[in-house]
Amino acid sequence: MGITLPDTVYQVLTPEGQVVGEVPHLPPGRMVELYRWMVFGRAFSDRMVALQRQGRMGTFGPLNGQEAASVGIAAPLQAEDWLVGSYREILSYFIKGVPPLAIMEVYRGYVSARYPWEARCLPIQIVLATQVLHAVGLAMAIKYDGKPDVAVGVCGEGATSEGDFNEALNFAGVFKAPAVIVVQNNCWAISVPRSAQTAAGYIAHRGPGFGVPGYIVDGNDVLAMYQVMADCVARARAGEGPSLIEALTYRMGAHTTADDPRKYRPEGEMEEWSKRDPISRFRKFLLDQNMLSEQEDRQMAEEITTEIQGVVEALESRPAQDPNQLFDNVFETATPQLESQRSEMLLRNARTLGKE
Amino acid sequence: MPKWTMVEAINHALGQELARDKRVLVFGEDVGKNGGVFRVTEGLQERYGAARVFDTPLAESAIVGTAIGMAVYGLRPVVEIQFAGFSYVSFNQIGSQATKMRYRSGGVYTVPLVIRAPFGGGVRTPELHSDNVEAFFMHLQGIKVLIPSNPYDAKGMLHAAVADPDPVFFLEHMKLYRSFRQDVPEERYLVPIGKAAVVKEGSEITVFAYGAMVQVALEAAAQWEPGVVEVIDLRTIAPLDEETIAASVNKTGRAVVVHEAARTGGVAAEVIAVINERCLYALLKPVERVTCPDMPYPVPILEDQFIPTPGRVADAIRRTLEP
Repeated sequence: MGITLPDTVYQVLTPEGQVVGEVPHLPPGRMVELYRWMVFGRAFSDRMVALQRQGRMGTFGPLNGQEAASVGIAAPLQAEDWLVGSYREILSYFIKGVPPLAIMEVYRGYVSARYPWEARCLPIQIVLATQVLHAVGLAMAIKYDGKPDVAVGVCGEGATSEGDFNEALNFAGVFKAPAVIVVQNNCWAISVPRSAQTAAGYIAHRGPGFGVPGYIVDGNDVLAMYQVMADCVARARAGEGPSLIEALTYRMGAHTTADDPRKYRPEGEMEEWSKRDPISRFRKFLLDQNMLSEQEDRQMAEEITTEIQGVVEALESRPAQDPNQLFDNVFETATPQLESQRSEMLLRNARTLGKE
Repeated sequence: MPKWTMVEAINHALGQELARDKRVLVFGEDVGKNGGVFRVTEGLQERYGAARVFDTPLAESAIVGTAIGMAVYGLRPVVEIQFAGFSYVSFNQIGSQATKMRYRSGGVYTVPLVIRAPFGGGVRTPELHSDNVEAFFMHLQGIKVLIPSNPYDAKGMLHAAVADPDPVFFLEHMKLYRSFRQDVPEERYLVPIGKAAVVKEGSEITVFAYGAMVQVALEAAAQWEPGVVEVIDLRTIAPLDEETIAASVNKTGRAVVVHEAARTGGVAAEVIAVINERCLYALLKPVERVTCPDMPYPVPILEDQFIPTPGRVADAIRRTLEP
């Protein structure tokens, strides 16, 4: 069959920013764009954590440390491609066309995130691994429809222990679906380390077990992620079937704002991974290549701060949610039961108002 | 008009849906070349091709999970879970995903998906094949649960299920598959979702049933003069047709609810809650339930002790009719 176990970690830039692989053929402007998204992702994540600490945001899962993998996943995709991920993939979603405001609204607690249909991203998944099957189903539909598009399903390494992850790989292989399944192996599923999820050395090894090629990538190297992702997307588009990518990365933050990793993270681990920070690595490359100057970098950071501030202001100036909307979108047409329960609530609210 | 069994009626409905809409796909375990273990999909792969009617690996969660992706994309998957007793494996995809997609996406992404599954007892299946699972799905939000009791309804309700823009769980009682034939129009017609049927009119007592229990209720009712016992086939379990339930009990003042599923937390409990809310002052006697006991579905040899019989239903009617 020609599908062999992957045994090398694909890398283009070392943690020190040295070029050790083939740099993807991207114009400098596009390189800087990828970098900007990475900086944006971290700034957005930091701001969300700060807002949560101030009581202005609900529980949030930071993405710090996973910026390269997130950008590498989404950047090679076309508008018609589908992307289905979990709460850790919001940066990929931004690149795919989900407005940051829509994500803030989810975390702020507004009913129902309205991503534009055209973004082709399903609601960020909470029940992990289910989304990988949705991606494979989308890919099967694309193939049935005769379109050259691709569906990407992303989950973390914890979710690979779920049945759905393995069933998704199996269906993708059996139906030769134009799907790319990406595992962001960030070493931790809340407090459970990667070593407790599987006895296998690499999750990517599972691909060949399902007849699907597997690739291991330095997930903190945006150029490596971009290249492997682009290759797998091209394979899928050409009708050559699915791939599995394992991105080796690290969750530098807590699982969510409700979690404290000091309780379980071994001493020194965070410091080790800080040396492999995805943003500083790529910044060094861009500076070395004269694609970016220190001044442009500072200016970019300021612009991003202003941009995110604008999103926060848009969020906080949003009028309170109309309670009436609580009952929308359960079905296309509400059942008589739902209509009656909606009326009950409205009546209750009207009475309360009358008393005030 | 042809006389069809329920299997033939469903097969014909699926064929018609495949013929009229390229977005319709039929898949599951053994539904392709084999035509399904009950032959419900017989001949469909031959007629509509293996791209549209196909076998999947043995994985119920993946059958539903991939169907969700397809439905979001804009296809109209009609999937088969080989036995409802195996649907537990797919419960997460149905309960947390298919039923919540419209809500979670603010109506942007929807799941027009039909999940068909044979269920029910009385046909001597091996263990764990006959589970009556409807109440689990009734309690979910965002799915409709349909259970036809005859070939005519089965065809019309399946057409309505495929036309519905939201997930539908379509339960087919195994005992009804070939137990009788009925005149069924060949053309496509819709039996509306959410509408119960008064299958026998009466003024003194209402018996509610669905699936195979409709025949049991009718047999029991035959012990009284016509016009005494009203029999209502609920047809749709979620959402219940509260209007028809309330109108009947407000007229008769007495009711018995029959189902094959276990008693606690079952459909009968919900029907009685509706009666409590809407008919309490019309009631002349407490409402009785005739159901299977709260225990795992038994081995075939004890099945007849387990499933409600016309005799048990008639006893309940008699008790309820006593002044």
